[in-house]
Amino acid sequence: MVGERVYPETVAAEFPRPPVSFTDGEGRAVEVGAYEQPVPPGAAPAHDESDPPPAERAFEAVVEMYATFDPADRAQGVPPVGETRIREWLDTLLAREGFDVLAWNGDIVAGHATLVPDSASTYELAIFVHQDYQGAGVGTRLIEALLGHGQEHGVEYVWLTVERWNRPAVALYEKVGFETASAESFEMEMSIRLN
Amino acid sequence: MNVLLGIGGADDSLDALDETVARAVDAGDDLMVAVVENPESDRVPEELVDAARAALEDAGLPVDVRRLSGDPGSAIVELAESEGFDQVVLGGGQRSPMGKIRLGHISEFVLLNSRVSVKLVR
Repeated sequence: MVGERVYPETVAAEFPRPPVSFTDGEGRAVEVGAYEQPVPPGAAPAHDESDPPPAERAFEAVVEMYATFDPADRAQGVPPVGETRIREWLDTLLAREGFDVLAWNGDIVAGHATLVPDSASTYELAIFVHQDYQGAGVGTRLIEALLGHGQEHGVEYVWLTVERWNRPAVALYEKVGFETASAESFEMEMSIRLN
Repeated sequence: MNVLLGIGGADDSLDALDETVARAVDAGDDLMVAVVENPESDRVPEELVDAARAALEDAGLPVDVRRLSGDPGSAIVELAESEGFDQVVLGGGQRSPMGKIRLGHISEFVLLNSRVSVKLVR
């Protein structure tokens, strides 16, 4: 079911599926991969404490990215500030069974993009690129891979809100095919059809 | 301080009711609650009037609740300015599924148009 939000009539082009590897504008090797949730404690087979499983390492690397995220790049109250709040927020976000992709530069998470399901079977999109990796083409690859990941899993309708004065973000969303759905508020709404 | 709390029935306005009543007790504020019709909310004004009366009564404050008609944002601004309130209090917005804060249309209108200071409750 689709709510009152307006979506483009045309289905967007096919996006690349993760994993996607590329060299960013600063010459760094970046790989965008789908993020799988860590298995809850108890459900996982026992492992050596000194060597956490990949999903857990990925979670900690995401926390690290947000813990050092420039507060000036926050928008609409996210990401929260402080590690405790960041963990709470990520736990809630990731528990909603949406779709997530991470941009890796070696062991470092350079960016995170997410599709969070809402009550209307549509998905809210958000993307965060760490300040050390901004302006190097990471955001474009990251959002394209997220949309490809969603397409692959049958996601149809995706929406987002963005502060109207955040021009770089609006430009990125328009570049990949988002259209303005509503611009009456401080934040404008944009949407895209994936399938 | 003379405080005017505007509530329209979204969840954030009910949080604002609790917090503003508690604050009025602590600070000795004179508090009036104005109930408006928020088209974005499922709660009917009668329900909100009852909730506001109960909250004020339970806190031992004078039960000063008024229902406003017409455009909700402008009705709150007009009341605040014409009756000499020091502060308007409103709900501070709702969170989207991924946690972004979105202000309601009433809050946006009051923020931009009120000459009285506005407080948003988080």
